[in-house]
Amino acid sequence: MNTTRRTVLKSATAGSVLAGLIAAGALRPTQVLAAEWNKAAFDAHDTASALKGIGAGTPMDSKDLILKVPDIAENGAVVPVDVISNIPNTTSISILVDKNPSPLSASFDFANGALPEVSARLKMGQTSMVKAVAKADGKFYTAQKEVKVTVGGCGG
Amino acid sequence: MADPMKIRAQLKGDVAEIRVLMGHAMETGQRKDAAGKTIPPHFIQSLTVEVGGKKVVEGQVGTSVSRNPVFGFKVKGAKAGDKVVVSWVDNKGDKRTDEAAVA
Repeated sequence: MNTTRRTVLKSATAGSVLAGLIAAGALRPTQVLAAEWNKAAFDAHDTASALKGIGAGTPMDSKDLILKVPDIAENGAVVPVDVISNIPNTTSISILVDKNPSPLSASFDFANGALPEVSARLKMGQTSMVKAVAKADGKFYTAQKEVKVTVGGCGG
Repeated sequence: MADPMKIRAQLKGDVAEIRVLMGHAMETGQRKDAAGKTIPPHFIQSLTVEVGGKKVVEGQVGTSVSRNPVFGFKVKGAKAGDKVVVSWVDNKGDKRTDEAAVA
């Protein structure tokens, strides 16, 4: 990772999300998977820009999106998170942690019979809201829950 | 070279429950070593899951996923014996693909 590329990507991200994506695509020839890693969204330092990065803008609250997290996480390095979407035609689910240095944790696209459900284990630096965002029929829905963290998992 | 993944795919009715454990340091780029030097970020960026030759899940992952990440997915319409292929790529271009069968 060279510093010039970082600067280029940072300025591009600030300017427009699209430009950031193009820059990331142009400068990452080794990537083999179909979808380009969404650098703009994962590098965002606040939830609003991360949501913008995944194209969600301001998602609607939904009761059909179920987010299972512990109320209190004793160890912030491993926080189990389950997301289940009961919204019809859910095609993708993203997980965000508001107060992490980079809020966007993971984003999944589902196809060919995969149910819109995912479980993962996240790192959390401090007590924070955890948000799930689901995309269905081009619309975005969200659910959130607070997790209290007694020992942070991001520092060192 | 990264450790092999542990993949478990269990059929419940017509839904296969897939759990994957990936051995990876998932360095955030924020930790410092004993000498006070920042440890550079090293983390899985992308993953794909295929069942029976069809791509079912495509994921993108950031630094805030835990060390040795575990992911769980459910796939409808899978049959016993279907091949489950999981691949990941990290930010240094390392990659790993492992497979298992739906049981």
